[in-house]
This record gives sequence, C-alpha cells and structure tokens, in this order.
Amino acid sequence: MSTSTSIQFTLNGKAISVEVEHHIHVVELLNRFQLKGARESCGQGLCGACTVLVDDLAVSGCLMPAFMLHGKSVETVENLSTINEPLHPIQEAFVDQGAFQCGFCTPGFVMMTKHLLALNPHPSDEEIRDFFAGNLCRCGTYPEIIAAVKQAAEKLHP
Amino acid sequence: MTIKAPEFGRSIPRIEAKQKVSGTAEYMHHFTVPGMLFGKIFRSTMAHGKILNINCEAAKSYPGVVHVFTGEDVKKLIPSPYYGPAFLDQPILALDKVHFIGEPVAVVLAHDPHTAEAACQLIEADYEELDAVFDEIEAISSAAIVHDELKPSGTFPDLKHLFGRKNTNIALDFHLKYGNSDDIFAKAAHVFEHEFSTQQAMHTPLEPMVSIAVPGDQSITLHSATQMPSFVRLEIARLLGWQENQVRVKSAHLGGGYGAKVYIKLEALVTALALLSKVPVKIALSMEEQFYTISKHATTFKIKSALDASGQILARDCKVYWNGGAYADIGPRVAQKSGFTAAGPYNIDHVSIDSFEIYTNRPPAGALRGFGIPQLVWAYESHTDMLAHEINMDPLEFRRINLLRNGDKQATGTVISHMESDLVLETLAKKMNWSQSFDRGSEFIRRGRGIAIGFKASVSPTTSNAVVTIHGDGSCLLAMSTVDMGQGSDTAMAQIAAHTLGVPTEKIKVIRPDTDITPYDMGTLGSRSTYHMGNAVKLAAQDALDRLHEMAKKAGLDANSVHPPHVILQKTYGMQAGTVVGFGSFKPAYAPPDPATGESTNVTPFWMVGATGVEVEVDTETGHVKIINMINVVDAGELVNPKIASTQISGAAVMQCGFTFSEEMLFDEGQLTNGSFADYKIPGIHDVSFPMENICVKATHDGGPYGAKGIGESGTFGVSPAVANAIFDAVGVRITSLPITPEKVFQAIQENHKG
Repeated sequence: MSTSTSIQFTLNGKAISVEVEHHIHVVELLNRFQLKGARESCGQGLCGACTVLVDDLAVSGCLMPAFMLHGKSVETVENLSTINEPLHPIQEAFVDQGAFQCGFCTPGFVMMTKHLLALNPHPSDEEIRDFFAGNLCRCGTYPEIIAAVKQAAEKLHP
Repeated sequence: MTIKAPEFGRSIPRIEAKQKVSGTAEYMHHFTVPGMLFGKIFRSTMAHGKILNINCEAAKSYPGVVHVFTGEDVKKLIPSPYYGPAFLDQPILALDKVHFIGEPVAVVLAHDPHTAEAACQLIEADYEELDAVFDEIEAISSAAIVHDELKPSGTFPDLKHLFGRKNTNIALDFHLKYGNSDDIFAKAAHVFEHEFSTQQAMHTPLEPMVSIAVPGDQSITLHSATQMPSFVRLEIARLLGWQENQVRVKSAHLGGGYGAKVYIKLEALVTALALLSKVPVKIALSMEEQFYTISKHATTFKIKSALDASGQILARDCKVYWNGGAYADIGPRVAQKSGFTAAGPYNIDHVSIDSFEIYTNRPPAGALRGFGIPQLVWAYESHTDMLAHEINMDPLEFRRINLLRNGDKQATGTVISHMESDLVLETLAKKMNWSQSFDRGSEFIRRGRGIAIGFKASVSPTTSNAVVTIHGDGSCLLAMSTVDMGQGSDTAMAQIAAHTLGVPTEKIKVIRPDTDITPYDMGTLGSRSTYHMGNAVKLAAQDALDRLHEMAKKAGLDANSVHPPHVILQKTYGMQAGTVVGFGSFKPAYAPPDPATGESTNVTPFWMVGATGVEVEVDTETGHVKIINMINVVDAGELVNPKIASTQISGAAVMQCGFTFSEEMLFDEGQLTNGSFADYKIPGIHDVSFPMENICVKATHDGGPYGAKGIGESGTFGVSPAVANAIFDAVGVRITSLPITPEKVFQAIQENHKG
C-alpha cells in the first residue's frame, strides 16, 4: 500500500511538485517550505491559527490533508509580505491598530481578513464578528482586530 | 547625556510588529535541530495508584521508534528526579505512584511525532488503585493522602517548618492575624458570613508548551517557550548537580503565557531524555495535554464580616482553600503571597486570614494572570456587595466608607502608598454615571449594573539585571531575560533604555533571552517586569552614559557640551570601533512577614489596583446574561506606552470574561472530560460585542522607572464580581460560584420566585 502521493500545486504563486505522506496536513507541509505563519494550535480546526487560503477560500490547514492540495492554489500570510518587503495594507492595519499581543493567531486573522474583504469590501462590525467566529485570540484583542479590518477595508476599497 | 527625546510615553507599535503580522516572528513552536527526536508522552489513566508494571515492549519494537523511557530510566541518570519551585514533589516521569489522570508516565522517542504518538498507544501500565480525593474541602479530612510526606524545596526559609509532615493534604497553611477579630465578632451589631467558590481553569496559550534539549559535552542547551529562563537554568543545574554555566536556556517570542510557562514545565523532561538518548529531543504538547500540565486553582472561600450601624467594616475573617492538584508547582506561593490580601482593599482594623494550599488528585494548579487574586476578588467583592445590600446602603457608598487608601495600614501592617484606589473608584463611578437613574429593562429582559475593585501586592523580593551595550555607531543592544509573551515588554524596555540614553527607540535592539548572554532575571510573571526590569534597564542605560561621560573627559571632549555616543567612541578609538557596556541591577527593599502573624512593615514594592463596572441584561426566561457595557479602570502608574497599556487591560478583562461565563475544567472521577476548545470555551469575538472603555488613572510611583509600575493583571480583578453584582441588581439573585452559566442564573431565578 502506498503511503505517499506525488502532488502538484501552486504555493504563493510558484508551481510546486512534491511527494507527501498521506497522514500529514497542510500546516506540516508548509513548514517543510519554511513557511511558519500558519500554525497548528488546537489541532481540531477550532482556533483558526492555521488558516490559509486554498483557491481563495479560507481553510483550516491543521485539518486538511496535504495531498488534497493537488491541483489547487495555496496562499499563506507570507505572500502578503515577508522580510524586507513593505507590508500589505491588511498587515499595516493590524500594526496600526495594535491588533495582536503575542501574535501567534495573527497570520490566521490576516488571511481571514483577506478572504472577508474579497467577499465583502465594507463589512459591518457584526459581519466581521460572524466571519471571524472560528478564530480565537487568547490575548483578547478582538476590539482592535475589528478596527484593523475596518482600516484595511477603507485602504483597499476607498 | 542631555539629548532627550520623549521615548517614555510614546504609543509606538511593538518593535516586533512587522514580524508578527507577516508570520516571521520566531516561536519555539517551530524550532528544529538536525537529527532531533520527537517525544510523545504516555499518561496515567488512574487518579491515584501504585505503579505495578509498565510494559513498553510493543512500543519499543514499533517501526521507527528509537527509545522508550520511564521514570526508572530517568532515575538512573538523576538519582533524585524531583523538581518544583516550592516543593520538590514532582518527578520528571512518575515514580512508584501516579497522582492524577494525565500524569506523564513514559515517553516514546521517534524521528517523527506521528510514529511516537502511534507507538505511545501500545504502552500498557498496571496500577494498584488507591483512594483518591478531588475536592479541596474533602481533602482536608480525607483518608486519601496524596503525598506520603511533604518535601519543601529548601529555597524558601519560610517553608522549612513543613519538612517531613505526614498524613496531611495541606501542603501549606498561611495565617495572618491583625488586631483581634474574635472580640469584635462577639460584640458587633451586624455579622454576615458567605461562601464562594471558583472553578479549575486553564491558560490555553495558543502556542502550546514546547521545549527542545540539545545535549553537549558536559553541557546542555534548552530552547524552551518559558517565561523564566534564569529559573530553568538554576533548576536544571540543580537536578543534574552541574554548574549554572553548563546549562544554557534560550527563550523566544511566546505565543501566550499567562503564567502557564513559568518554572519547570517540559524542560526537566526533555533534559533527561536528551541526556539518556544522547541526541536532541523536542516535546511539543497538544492543546489537550496542556490541561494536564498546569491550571488555575479551584477555590473555596469562606468570608465573614462584622459591621457597625454606620456601615463601617469592623472585622473580617477569611478562610481560603486552594485546590492545588497533585503537585505544588508555585501554588503554595499563591496561597501565601496573594492570601495576605484576602480581606480586600478595605481599611479594616481587625483581620484574620487562613489560607490553605491543598493537595488533591487533580492536575496541578499554579499561577494564572493574577496569581490567585481574581479568585479572592470574586469572593470579597461579591461579599462586599451583599453587605451593602444587607444594611440598605448603596454599594458604591459602602465601598467609599471602607476603602483602603494611601496612608492606611493594610492587614500585614504595611502602610499603603502609591495606590490610587480612591481615584480608581471615583473614576469608575463617574464613567458609570452611578448617581444617575438607570434603565432597568422590561418584562423578561432585566437590566442591572455592578462594580468591583480589587488589589494586588507585587511579589517580593525579586531581582532583575540588565545590560545595555553601545556600539561604535551609537546603536544599542539591550540584553535582558524578560520574555515578551505578548505583553509588550521588549518594546517597553527598549523605550525606557532609549529614554534614558536620549536616543530613538528604533536605535535599540532587544536580545532574546539566552542565559549565556542575557543576565539574571527572576522571571516574567506577576506584572513585575515594568517595575523591576524597567528599573534595571534604566540603571544599565545610566551606567553606560556614566562610562561614556568618563570616556569623553579622557578623550578631551568639551565637558560643557553634549556629545552623541558615536562621537565619543570615535574620538576615543580613532575610528568607528569600541563598545560601551552598562550594567543595571534592581532589587527592591522588603521586610519578610512574621511567620506567626503575617505582619510586615514593607511587604511589597508596589500595589496594583483595578476596578470594573458592567451593565448587564439578564433574560429571565433563559438565564442568559449579556454584558452591554464594560468600564475598566486601573492604576498602572505612568504609562510607558499608552496604546499597549490599554490593550493589556482590555485583553485581561476579555480573558477574565472567559473565567466568568464559560471556562471550567470538568472532571468525572478525576478524568478531565472537556480538554478541547470544542467543549472548553474561551472567549471568541462574539463574546466581546459590547463597548469597553479602558482607563489608566493619572498616577505615578516614585520607585518605578519614570513612575511606571505593573499592568498585566489589573484588568482581571473586578470583572467576575462586577458581573455577579450586576445580575443581583437586575434580578435579585446571587450567584456564588464561577462560572456564571445560564443554567445557574435560570435556576436561581426560579428558586427566587418560589421563595
């Protein structure tokens, strides 16, 4: 019985071909590419710290088996900006509003914001809450996160 | 130097902000070393039992498994493998007995975590079941004894008298006697007594606990998500019988700490495993496993007060029982160092406090954001509100009459100073429009409001050291062992250094804690860093400036004008070269309490005070409680960074909302039944849908760096009792146990109707 599969997918705009074991999930695969923004925390898809975009939809990277990425396009927080690059307006908004403390959950919230603003350029507070119901911030910076989403919306869709 | 930029008080973003939003900030979560093994822990399924046999053969022969180790293997390496900051009671892996369900019994090491986890399932352990006890009150008189003998660590002289005590589950009994409350109770006009309880809860940092040990020749390097690198070095060196410099401990950004990552958590285990296997070992816990590692004490608090006819509190008796679980961790210190404030921020002439740290067969309890204070405030502020209602006095007015203010003596005998309790309470009253009438809601949706105020003494005595280094171009390094776990200490300390040096904060680089490089610090806990490390950093920067000043004189620079550091260095060395090193050490004055009475003339370097006011809606048909407005007011002294300060208060209050409404570790005969975010509900974004205002009153502390003091916990103090008081105001029922669930509120309303 084969325990691994060869897959082709797009990772932050680059074509990737890789052999993956069937039991590993997306976050583990991303770690092999030194992408560490998506993190396994609760391991049950309940906290959102592992959020990445797959074909522009936010998914829990700790639940999705890596082999399911075959033929798909994955975007991680590092695609918005990484070291020595200017910040993306969403990331800038999180910095300006102080929308994190420990920062462990932040890439998840940033990617959720990207997805939300693609669906709804000017979300209300309640729409933001509904969309982020599956993302947890133990440091409790929810008020600042809502302010950051609104700032990013203004900047991206004036 | 007199080049002064106002770096202190600037609301700059965190210095690591860019890394955090782009996913590049370093956490130990991701740390790897070539060739390392992953460990998975096999845990006890019995709450209390003698270990008869641990069968590891099947696990050892599982493909990909490198080693399986038990407590007996550890004992061959470390003859006395017990650790703990207060009691040497916790074995690295269980020895002879298991003391709670979830206790580490064996570890499988493999090249990948999946193999280790699969093999772990193949281990079998046989136990002889012993009687177990789970409730803190039952444990006092239970025949089930968790530990045969008390083993205080010897670090603390005031625990020595406990050494060798047998047949008791009381790990520590702390007593404070101030005045003579017995006489007062006998004669008082009004005496009221109430009992309150709190639940066991968990910190659930989103970065679960993780440690990596890399063995060297007569040395070991630990990479650990720890709040206490200096303590870890000390304790690992003690366990191994090594010198401190043979143990190197590095920390990184922490994905949350809140007290979960203090003292020893996984560090002793990975050290033993790495030395046994002679290769690097990483253990990363799952979210569920964190619940078996450390928690917040469940408590029972019996509180009694005597009042005179005018509403003055004449005497107060407090009996606090802390459910410490199976291992002491820092619990005994919680019982003592928070215990002495159990009578609350009130000026009472006669106080008696008995505070007991109690062993049970539950997962261990230690420090969680407030070090026991939120459990105490829950009880004394609910009680205080009840007293006011008993004598038909407005709860705010009742607090005004009795409030502990600067110049008053606290129950330890220490005279209060630099604690703006009055200003905090009055600011809250004003923001709440307390004197105005209030919309009390309609038929099924009733509205009420409540306030609560709590205080805390910074733990003492503790030491912080810091080093400031200035390079040839004037840029600076700040070396300290304070750990930034989200509270913003890197930024705050860089601002204090910059303010002292007269350079922009952007010129300061903060070195991550590394005990080979960064000097000693007691630990990042108890809101102590801004005050203690802040002072050390200020002194280190000042020392560097003094040295520069001497160099400028020697180099023949004009003594009457100001010279930037790089000019002095270049003039001294003839080129861009050289280094200036400044050292700062801070340890505040302290008078240890009398062991018999708990009295001290100087029990703490600073007091923290925090108050919360809430307006709530109670649905009388479902028992659901909704906060509709929250105001948090604290005295944090001068603010290093007002924006980060505000986020700290708000974050603390949000966390306390979890402990108020939903979070509770549930057990079935010692077995945790909700160790997952599916069933253990921490606050989500929908739980914070009310307006919240966070205010730091204008205050300063003479002993703090530029007047600053701690802030991280004050926002937790008042939340829970303010909610309970508001519920009483809305529907006339009193909830006395946390968490405040809709079921409890609904049942209380039903009983109230019957009554």
